[in-house]
Amino acid sequence: MEQLFEGLLNDHLGFVVWAAVAFLILLFLLAKFAWNPIMSAITERERSIEDALLKAEAAKEEMARLTNENEQLLKDARAERDLILREARHLKDQIVNEAKSVANVEGARMIENARLEINSLKAVAMADVKNQVATLSVEIAEKILRKQFADQHAQDELVADLLKEVKIK
Amino acid sequence: MTGSIAALGAGLAVIGAGIGIGQVGGKAMEGIARQPEASSKIQTAMIIAAALIEGVALFGVVVALLGK
Amino acid sequence: MDFRHILNSKKIFLRVILGVLFTLTTCKTFAIQEEKAPVEAKNAEQEAFNPTTAILEHIADSHYWHLWGETSIPLPVILFTDKGTEFFYASEFHHGHEAHQGKYYTYKLIEDKIRVVNAEGAVDKEASSHIYDFSITKNVVALWIAGILLFIIFFSVAAAYKKTVGKAPRGLQSLIEPVIMFVRDEIARPNIGYRYQRYMPILLTIFFFIWINNLMGLIPIFPGGANVTGNILLTFVMAFIVLIVVNFSANKYYWKHIFMPPVPVWLYPIMIPVELIGVISRPFALMIRLYANISAGHIIVLSLISLIFIFKTLWIAPVSIIFVLFMDVLELLVAFLQAFIFTMLTALFIGTAVEEHHH
Repeated sequence: MEQLFEGLLNDHLGFVVWAAVAFLILLFLLAKFAWNPIMSAITERERSIEDALLKAEAAKEEMARLTNENEQLLKDARAERDLILREARHLKDQIVNEAKSVANVEGARMIENARLEINSLKAVAMADVKNQVATLSVEIAEKILRKQFADQHAQDELVADLLKEVKIK
Repeated sequence: MTGSIAALGAGLAVIGAGIGIGQVGGKAMEGIARQPEASSKIQTAMIIAAALIEGVALFGVVVALLGK
Repeated sequence: MDFRHILNSKKIFLRVILGVLFTLTTCKTFAIQEEKAPVEAKNAEQEAFNPTTAILEHIADSHYWHLWGETSIPLPVILFTDKGTEFFYASEFHHGHEAHQGKYYTYKLIEDKIRVVNAEGAVDKEASSHIYDFSITKNVVALWIAGILLFIIFFSVAAAYKKTVGKAPRGLQSLIEPVIMFVRDEIARPNIGYRYQRYMPILLTIFFFIWINNLMGLIPIFPGGANVTGNILLTFVMAFIVLIVVNFSANKYYWKHIFMPPVPVWLYPIMIPVELIGVISRPFALMIRLYANISAGHIIVLSLISLIFIFKTLWIAPVSIIFVLFMDVLELLVAFLQAFIFTMLTALFIGTAVEEHHH
């Protein structure tokens, strides 16, 4: 045992010092030029990946939200369109109906007017015809009378007939 | 002759370590078989325990060989 | 912890292939070296091959970096003596055969340790106790190589991060990033809590430093092969740094737990020393564990190779090679596992030191 420790410092102190110096220099150099840049780069990259993932998640949510919104919009638009269409149809029907009724009324009125006119014209025409018939009758009667009065005999016969007739009646 | 006695001491130290590490390894395997999902944690604990036992054994071996 | 993905990937396949390569080269280099030893032994009174000496020589630190055969790189020797600083190359020692006349003393390499010798060639213990060996040994050089390698790798990775801001990692970056994430998510965060970021640099440095040194130690040829993490002095330095980091980041709850543990007052004389020993013993266990594990791996590989020279037959070589291959593959796992455990326990100790709530 004593032999083991004999000259321990003399022989081995040098190596211990060299090893310690080498290790400490290595530690210092690696810490400054390797570990710090590497660790910060790794941490940075991890953070950026995490960020990217979070952003992707957010984008997905945003996308879903937008899609929802779009759908809602679309639904609204569709509903509005339906409403407008319905209204338009309604309006059209109304207009058509109105037009129809107006037309009917007008038609009726015109027909009525026409009838009235026809009636009045008819009346006028009838009056005219009556007048002419009267005139003609008078003329005919005149002519006949003239002829009758030319023949005494015939006159008498006639008077007799007329009288006969009157008597029968 | 002293050299062989030192070797005997080293051997005894190794027997102890062998039993100890065997126990640790066996129990760790049982643990892994029971809970395979905890295998990585069990492995870590096992290696640490084995290393500690080994440290004691090596200490014994070194003392035995140096003290001859 | 979950490193199954590492086991399942193609990397394990790659490692197996590398392991085969390493093993083949291991055998070759050691074969050369061990052949040399018996030859020398024959010259010196036909001494038998002693595997213990050979193995311990291989895992020990040295003033030479052995390359192959008789070729080795002599490393610089720096000595702080009580009279002044000495500087020369280890080649002056001629592998311990000759003494070197320095400026102040005469030095000789005895069992790869520098000792002062007097005129008759005997060791002068008095004078030897005044010299401090600050040589750039094999392990120091291996440390520098590992450090430079680490710096190059991580500097380029950091540059890649600057270049590909906000993009997926590529090339070396994508190889390293999962490991960094592993250290952060499996080691630092679960054990330290939300303040883990402050300790990331030291944890990452410890992890990669141990890992690369373990792996370099598995390479049997030049840039690797040094048993750096299997050197108790290096593990002592690392454990000491951990001790300092843990105790300097400790909060009042930690100290309260040590000096005013929740036990009856009459137990304090027992509890306080026990807790104080605990403070020291935890880094001590770290030191011993790493040293012993890595050294054990090297010793097993070298022992298997030594079989060839113990049995003095080439027929045992295939057996050795297969076993060494198996061990090398296992050591690849151990290299990672020990780095992981050292870092894990460091994080655990820091975690207990900075823990807020206490029972």
